[in-house]
Parts: sequence; structure tokens; C-alpha cells
Amino acid sequence: MNNRKISLVILISAIWLTLCSQILLAQEAAPPTGTKFDYHWFDTNRLNVFITLAIVFSAILWFIARAKKGKSLFIRRIAGLDAIEEAVGRATEMGKSVLYIPGIHDMNDIQTVASMIILGNVAKTIARYDIPLIVPIRQPFVVPVAEEAVRQGYLSAGRPDAFMKDNIRFISDEQFAYAAAVNGIMLRERPAANLLLGSFYAESLLLAETGASTGAIQVAGTANIHQLPFFVVACDYTLIGEELFAASAYLSREPKLLGSLKGSDLAKALIVLAIIIGTILETIGVKWFTKLFVVQ
Amino acid sequence: MRKEVPLIITFLAGAFFIADYFIPHTGFSDLAAKINGWAIIVLAASYILGVLNILRINYGRVAKREKDWILKLILVLCMFFMLGAGIFGGITEGTLFDWFFVNTFTPMQATMFALLAFYIASAAFRAFRVRTVQAALLAITAVLVMIGRVPIGETIWKSFPDFTEWIMNVPQLAGKRAILIGAALGAIATGLKVITGLERTYMGQD
Repeated sequence: MNNRKISLVILISAIWLTLCSQILLAQEAAPPTGTKFDYHWFDTNRLNVFITLAIVFSAILWFIARAKKGKSLFIRRIAGLDAIEEAVGRATEMGKSVLYIPGIHDMNDIQTVASMIILGNVAKTIARYDIPLIVPIRQPFVVPVAEEAVRQGYLSAGRPDAFMKDNIRFISDEQFAYAAAVNGIMLRERPAANLLLGSFYAESLLLAETGASTGAIQVAGTANIHQLPFFVVACDYTLIGEELFAASAYLSREPKLLGSLKGSDLAKALIVLAIIIGTILETIGVKWFTKLFVVQ
Repeated sequence: MRKEVPLIITFLAGAFFIADYFIPHTGFSDLAAKINGWAIIVLAASYILGVLNILRINYGRVAKREKDWILKLILVLCMFFMLGAGIFGGITEGTLFDWFFVNTFTPMQATMFALLAFYIASAAFRAFRVRTVQAALLAITAVLVMIGRVPIGETIWKSFPDFTEWIMNVPQLAGKRAILIGAALGAIATGLKVITGLERTYMGQD
């Protein structure tokens, strides 16, 4: 980081902290009448969450640091992500487009953020094959993010000229109007591959079944547990829960991103260990251990 | 600067809202609520982007008389008609906007939702085709749960409903929670990568 960047970080942090402290001091000096003012700066009831989060964050950052040093990290094969390349290849052979559906939620949903990250990687692959990539979007705020992700993907592949802005389409913020329009795109434009990655709700089956009826190869992924069965039956490959979040690291193979996957795995191992210990202790009548995990 | 400013804003906002979960201080919570309000305003303003996107995409196609251009023209006209009806006539009950909403949009939306029943039937048919051991297990479990949840199940075997509940509350719930824990950790890792600037693909900048 050069001096300019350091100055910028300090400046913005100082502005932010000054703003926050001024507002807080003003409110503390004249608390609103009639309401109970809480002066505590830490919720001790959430200490267990804080410690767990600190452990998870530390594990992730430690593995990222290890990965940066060049340690090789093994990542298991995820069939659904390997299938994306296959799907794009098939679309190229057929001379048809690829449809990427980033879910129906806004950018404040972490699944949509994950989907945008995957979109960037998918766009990079598609740019190499020179086929159209259609991205129908439900939330207007996602439109510029998707445009940037796709543009960057094409740029990274050395094909900025092939980027078609008009293929990033805002449809409607109404759930079923969006589903109807996307079904229409599937039936009229007959994409060879449909990628449904993000946060989905009741429209998941409408989209996946219509896609299946057109004969397109379908890769779906969501962390919305109630929609997973629909994707499993209607799509060729399904990314289940965490696999959606692992996609960016898996596709880019960047060491620092792979490190974060390892960190999550360690956290998972700790949770499994805690579940086993908790089960044994509860069975023999020891209660204090499970009470450590109660969140208020 | 194009990279650093959004990254710093992301870091500060992310760290602030993580801190908000642990800090019960009323002033801090009020500030968080205020910032959330700003986010809603920004999201609302983004609808202008949506309208511009629709216009940009459809105007060119209508102007060039591309395939289905008449449908695109109808789309744009309808959009402006409803926009005008809402702005000038209001959106409360009995207004022109409300009449069109209730008599055109609502039934169309209900139609789309109703289609789901047929799609579930076709998806279930596909799911229950027994081709592998796993598919066989899925089909048998599903049949057992279905029988246990209708009166005939209890007639066949008194404890059938209890058995069904056990399937739902023990093996099914265990699998579901495993997926949820994995997804939650994945979400935390993604959030951390975004906040710390390790992941910036979504910004369109390497």
C-alpha cells in the first residue's frame, strides 16, 4: 500500500469515526425523553456469538495467509461447478445462448453477492467461446452490478468488444411477472444452458421445469433449503448450500479465496465436534455445555 | 481511487453492521437504523435505473422493427400508462391504477402461481422414478411420509403418524440442519471476503 492509499484509508476512517462519535455524543448528552436509553457498549448475552465469530474469522484469515504463502490446498471436486464449463461448451456447439438467472433477491442478500461473483467468472468463460450471455434481473439495484461483473469478465478474457450491455435485462420486481418473463425467454430464445444461481423462492420450480422442458442443460444452486428439492429434480446439477458460496474460489482457483474455503471447513469440523460433545454430555445429563450455545 | 473508495466504504459499512449486532447502545442502534434508512432510499432510487434499462433495451428494438417489436412497444406504453396513473391519480383503492392492478395484474400473477401445482406434479413424477438405490430410498420414504399423513395411514398401523413425524423430525431435520450450517458458514466466509476486499469480482474490478 503506498502513501496515497494509506492517507485515503486514514481520511475516510477519520471522517466516519468523527461522524459516529458526534452523533453518539449528542444523543448521550440529550437522551430522548420517555424511552429507556441503553448505555452499554457490549451485549454480554451475545458473548458466545462473538467468540464463535472470532474463531471462524481467525480460521478463515489464517488459512488465507497460509494460502498467500504458497501452501497448496486440496479442494474436493464439485460436479455442479465443473458442469458450468460443460454447459457453456454445449451452448457453443449448438450456437445458442447461455441464460444466467441470479435469483430474485437484492444485493443485500449474500446469495446475490455470491451469484454476482460467479457471474463474473461465468462471463469470463463465455467470452472465450463467443456466445451470448443473457442475464434477466428482478431487482433494479442488481442491474449495474451484473453489468460490471459481466463487463469485467469479458475484459479479463480479452474480449471487451463482445460484451453486449442489452443482454443484462431488468425484467420486473414482481416475483411472478419475473418468472413469466424468464420462462418466455427460455421458450423463445431456447438457450442451450440455464444457470440458476442465487436466492430463489416459489418461482424456482416454474423456472427449472420450463428450462427442463426446453432440453437445456441446467445447473442450479441456492442456499434456500426449501427450494433445493425442486432444483434437484428439475436440474442436471445442483449446488447445495455452501457449494454456492464456494463457487468463486473453485472457479477462480485463487489461493487467497481457496484459503477462505479451508477456514470454513475448519469451522465446520469444530461445529461437528461441539455437536458430538454436546450430544454425549446431554445424554449423560450434563447441561452446562449446551447452555454455552444458547443465543439471546 | 476507483478501487479503494468502494472497498473502504464496504469495509466500514460491513464492520459497522457487525458491531451493531453486539452493541446494545441506543445511540448506536439509532445510527444503524438511520443508515438502514439511507440504504432503502438508495434502493428506491435504483428503480430509475430499472426504468432506463427497460427503455434502452426496448427502444432500439422498436426503432429497428425487430421481431416482436409490437410487444415491446406495448410493454413500454403500459409502463408509462401505469406510471402516469399512479403519479397523477394515486394508488389507493378505487383509482385507475388500482383498477388495472386488481383486474389485470392480480389474476395474471395468480395464474402463474397456480401453474406451480402442475409443475410440482411433473417434478414429483421425475423424482420418483426409481433408477438408483438413492432414488429408491427417496421414493420409499416419500410414500411412507405421505401415507402417514393421511387418515388411511393410521388405519393401516396405529403408530404410522408417529413414525412419519420421526422421519421428519430426526433424519430429515438432521440433513436440513447440516445444509443450513454449511450454508451459514459459507455466507460468513463470503461476507468476510467481501468486507476485507479479498473478493471484489462483484465490483467489476480485479
